[in-house]
Amino acid sequence: MPSPRLGPVARHGILVLATVAALAPAYLMVSGSLKTQDQFLHSPWGLPTSFRLDAFRTALTDQFGRWFLNSATLTVGAVALTVLMAAMAAWGLVHYPFRGRDTVLAVTVSLMVVPPVVLLIPLFQMGANLGLISTFRLVILIYVGLMLPFSVYLLANFFRAIPTSLFEAAALDGAGPWLIFRRIVVPLSGAPIATLAVVNLLWVWNELLLALVFLQSDTKKTLMVGITGFQSRYSLDIPTVMAGMSLATLPLVIAYLFGQRYFIQGLTAGGIKGD
Amino acid sequence: MNPVTTVAPRERTAVTAPARPRSRRPRHRLWGLLPWVAPAALTIAFVFGYSLIDVFAQSLQYKGTWAGLDNFMIVVTDPLFRTAILHNAQLLLVVPVLIVIALGLAILLFETRRGMRGYRAALFFPYILPIPVVGVVFGVLLQLNGGLNQALRAVGLGGIAPDWLGDPNWALWTMAAIIVWKEVGFGIVLFLARLMSLSTEVYEAARLDGAGFFRLHRHITVPQLRGLILFYVINEAIVMVSWVFNYVYVMTNGQGGPGTSTVVSELYIYRSAFVDRSPELAAAAAVMLFAATLVLIIGFFRMQRPGEGAFDE
Repeated sequence: MPSPRLGPVARHGILVLATVAALAPAYLMVSGSLKTQDQFLHSPWGLPTSFRLDAFRTALTDQFGRWFLNSATLTVGAVALTVLMAAMAAWGLVHYPFRGRDTVLAVTVSLMVVPPVVLLIPLFQMGANLGLISTFRLVILIYVGLMLPFSVYLLANFFRAIPTSLFEAAALDGAGPWLIFRRIVVPLSGAPIATLAVVNLLWVWNELLLALVFLQSDTKKTLMVGITGFQSRYSLDIPTVMAGMSLATLPLVIAYLFGQRYFIQGLTAGGIKGD
Repeated sequence: MNPVTTVAPRERTAVTAPARPRSRRPRHRLWGLLPWVAPAALTIAFVFGYSLIDVFAQSLQYKGTWAGLDNFMIVVTDPLFRTAILHNAQLLLVVPVLIVIALGLAILLFETRRGMRGYRAALFFPYILPIPVVGVVFGVLLQLNGGLNQALRAVGLGGIAPDWLGDPNWALWTMAAIIVWKEVGFGIVLFLARLMSLSTEVYEAARLDGAGFFRLHRHITVPQLRGLILFYVINEAIVMVSWVFNYVYVMTNGQGGPGTSTVVSELYIYRSAFVDRSPELAAAAAVMLFAATLVLIIGFFRMQRPGEGAFDE
């Protein structure tokens, strides 16, 4: 579709420029992790002249492994629970329609916009009273709660679009709601469930505020909290900082490369009518 | 989380039992609904319901006794809180810039087609990066002698090579630019998805009528994308009002500096609660932040027309 004013050269020029701007910091991060401090300070944008992995070694000998494991535990636990609870709730809402269901769904999805910092104080006080600070249990519960509104909304919209004739046929064969859920709804919903898992994974992995407040003990720190302190500890060793940042980003890049479709579907699902 | 495990056997026996009478009355159906939604409903009730009620209650108390609106008065007259609000308002001013860039790039991609997938993947990439990583990398990149200023000097623009994060006059706007850098990919992907689903006939007709680039998109693209643009506006407005904590915390070591130049309302709440140890003031500020978010979202629903919505049926 040629446009009357902007030629292809100009268009590609702008797009290339935007692409460079989008990727430059990632380049700085990865190339910086392979340089020495001196090389980095003298030519931050130059290609690394050698392929040194010292910075990665330093970063990994820090508590990096533990942080990584903590983040992975939280992410897997919270995302799995969220997807399960959201799928059940969404299926319940679709299978047992009642008056005001759409209002319930609308109110639920509106909760998405409540800033977590508003909820922080009561949750922290309760956690402290129950001795649950620096436990994964409480943080996972809070993460699940924060992710559920969007998750239920997304899945309910999808489940609603499954032809009811499928359920009716199964019910006539004597299948109860649980069997229909397991044998029909879940298998048909591979794509939206994958989408939901990927979007939630991104969110939990990147979450900082709650992890900072609720997981204070050194053994429970998440990767995001860890690398935030990493910067000041290695302020004179930029390659190590950059190596740490690269390692923290790696799981997301892998997830992005394999599941770009799901990322994009999931993140646009809120804005485009779910059908 | 028990209902998950207790529901399974019960429902299974129902499956193997001989056919139940089909006539279910509505009350029975609601009882059937309960085990399905209970885990999610209880979790949401705990995380949102309990917390919201409690934060309201605390905002009206001081050490367990009724304090009326005293906490609110203290917070509202606190110069630091006013500074924080001002900064959030300044960040809101960036939203239109964000819309224009996202829409412009989406339209360019839409018209270019060639290499679209590659460009889209690259432009979306910043959106998936963790904010702590973004903060740290930009922190290095934007030092006085960092990568950006070295590049500026190399192309002869050394005159405008400020101390991006160290100069109080620049710090907040630098942060705004970083937020734009990270958020713009979301808008591009959002708009592009809708653009691709529009019929091309309208565009061809308008072109035949001699409509130029700006007229074409102003009168055809923007109206068709109105609902989506509105969604993105509200989404980003909420980001600017209540999701910038991570950037500020990481790039200023939790201080909001230099001086108070990057203090935002979330940081004010966080510091009131966990550094100054006055949870009642933090609660009052949190209630105000919540109210601000509510005003934004209600405004959004008001502006939305039936059928173009993000959240409607």
